[in-house]
Amino acid sequence: MSNFSKQKLLSPAELCGFIVLALLLFVVLPLSLDDFRLNLVGKYLSYSFVAMGLVLCWGYGGILSLGQGVFFGIGGYCMAMFLKLEASSPENTAIQSTPGIPDFMDWNQLTELPWFWEPFNSLGLSLIAVVLIPGLFAFLIGLAMFKRRVGGVYFAIITQAVAAILTILIVGSQGMTGGINGITDLRTMLGWDIRTDEAKVILYFVCVTFVFLCLLLCQFVLRSKLGRLLVAVRDTEERVRFSGYNVDNFKIFVFTFAAMLSAIGGAMFTLQVGFMSPSFVGIVPSIEMVIFCAVGGRLSLLGAVYGALAVNFAKTTLSEAIPELWLFALGAMFIAVVSIFPNGLMGLYTAYIAPVVNRTLKPVFAAVKQKLPSKQPVSESTTGAE
Amino acid sequence: MFDGYTASELMAIFAMQGFAGLILFSVLVLMALGLAIIFGQMGVINMAHGEFMILGAYVTYLTSIFFENYLPGLSSIYFFVAIVLAFIAAASLGAFVEWALIRRLYKRPLDTLLATWGLSLILQQTYRSVFGGREKGVSLPDWMMGSIPVTDIIEIPINGIIVMVLTLIITLAVYFVMQRSQWGAKVRAVVQNRPMAAAVGINTSIVDRMTFALGCGIAGIAGSAFTMIGSTGPTSGQLYIVDTFMVVVFGGAANLMGTIASAFTISQAQTILEFFMSGSIAKVLTLGMVVGILMLRPQGLFVLKIRR
Repeated sequence: MSNFSKQKLLSPAELCGFIVLALLLFVVLPLSLDDFRLNLVGKYLSYSFVAMGLVLCWGYGGILSLGQGVFFGIGGYCMAMFLKLEASSPENTAIQSTPGIPDFMDWNQLTELPWFWEPFNSLGLSLIAVVLIPGLFAFLIGLAMFKRRVGGVYFAIITQAVAAILTILIVGSQGMTGGINGITDLRTMLGWDIRTDEAKVILYFVCVTFVFLCLLLCQFVLRSKLGRLLVAVRDTEERVRFSGYNVDNFKIFVFTFAAMLSAIGGAMFTLQVGFMSPSFVGIVPSIEMVIFCAVGGRLSLLGAVYGALAVNFAKTTLSEAIPELWLFALGAMFIAVVSIFPNGLMGLYTAYIAPVVNRTLKPVFAAVKQKLPSKQPVSESTTGAE
Repeated sequence: MFDGYTASELMAIFAMQGFAGLILFSVLVLMALGLAIIFGQMGVINMAHGEFMILGAYVTYLTSIFFENYLPGLSSIYFFVAIVLAFIAAASLGAFVEWALIRRLYKRPLDTLLATWGLSLILQQTYRSVFGGREKGVSLPDWMMGSIPVTDIIEIPINGIIVMVLTLIITLAVYFVMQRSQWGAKVRAVVQNRPMAAAVGINTSIVDRMTFALGCGIAGIAGSAFTMIGSTGPTSGQLYIVDTFMVVVFGGAANLMGTIASAFTISQAQTILEFFMSGSIAKVLTLGMVVGILMLRPQGLFVLKIRR
């Protein structure tokens, strides 16, 4: 046990990976892309939150959720509800029969704000809701499922049903949620116009910052004892259970955690794209989110970011050029990542590119090491297992 | 919610909605039967099941066109030819998919789920490229149209009756194949104890392939039946896939009785609720109820008792 406990948050190789990604996202892309493309990258990055959650939940925890769009959507909707309320101030909506409520409510003959919209008048409460509501929802689903030992494909199908239910509910209650069109025409956040090019660049950097915060948080979870137990649960659940651990709680935790990450992504998405609709909630988008994680590499956090970027970039490019090809490509991707390269892009990298990189960089590292005073091996003592 | 209806009207509503429910029930049973056989036998979740169904629907559509153009005299019986062709087409595609893809993934059920989802996307786009994005409908022969009046307010559509009879025949056939035939005995032996079945000389990989093909073939027949009550588009299959999975999981996999019972419950609940509230809320309530019951009873309604 003791050799695990004081392990550093990032190994040298991982640190290099983080730095490369940081250079790419903070420097290279903003300098080389125009504002429109940068905003697109920001949108792709908001999906990377979902992919990170899936790395933890599916890659390490072995729990495949086909309902991540639910949490992405709830997070996005919470953000959109706040922005919509701000956009529908009584001055802006003076022409409506009931000024001060969102336009779609007015079209649907609602005369006052539904009760669950009230908290979203405040930015603070809305931001809390972005994380808390999906977290609570996931916690309840997890509690009900994992305590009853529902797992594997059953869990996947039930999460899928939840995604279907939520979509139908949102589309069905048009007056309260905006229906199939979603919540559109979002303008300002506390008076700051989010539609200008300048605002979009700033939001991109906010999004990248959050990506890195979440990456570090996930890395911390994986490095902790909890992360190791997750892997153990994935590989031999019974053995961990017989060792006296409460397996269900680990699963509930990781599912909830992944849901919260997805929700942050959803909120980021709303801010950068300027609307939220049920088309990001249902079954099809939810499974598509799994492919971001699978293409990047289901065991790699950085892979999740690259996967989300790569798949979405391919989607935009192919859909612009040859629309028919996109579904073929997506379908082929699903088949390829399970049968040919199960560890995704990162798996390919570690298998083929990393050895070459290491060989070329070895002299450099050796030179650096000679200049630095050699560190003493850390001798550590643990406070013991709980 | 019963305000404003007289007792006899209520009876009629329940009868008509009940019958609409029976038609939905028949389609669900046909789809779920194939899925349940595949899931029960191999633990494989076939997300492309809806697309196999649509393949059957398109084959039926092509057959109807063929009969209209070349054999107009026989067009009243094209449907029976179409069912056979739909079965053959879907089953052959199923056998090919099992050979090319599924058999490599038996140890990883979650990966099968993703791979078959990929397959479903490819099939959907193929349908769209070949048949176009618009929905296709078949023209039914005269004897399949119309309805039989039972009382002055209750009428029963004939195509609904045909779908139900077809479902009944297929269900009985599946029952006999699985429970009474030599081949069914082999399938059940492999389900119950794979290594032992292999040890007594059953070629388990052939059994797997045939079972998968049979499941897909039944989906093809379901697609054939589907053309009688609705038109077919490239994404029609996806609309039914969640319902079908809920049926299979709710009924308890590997148990045909359970599948039928749960298809009945789900379809009846949905159609009767649909009359009294909006369709979307009815659907939400039905799915929510199924999810709720599954939380209390994860193994489904009926469980196959096997000593492991």
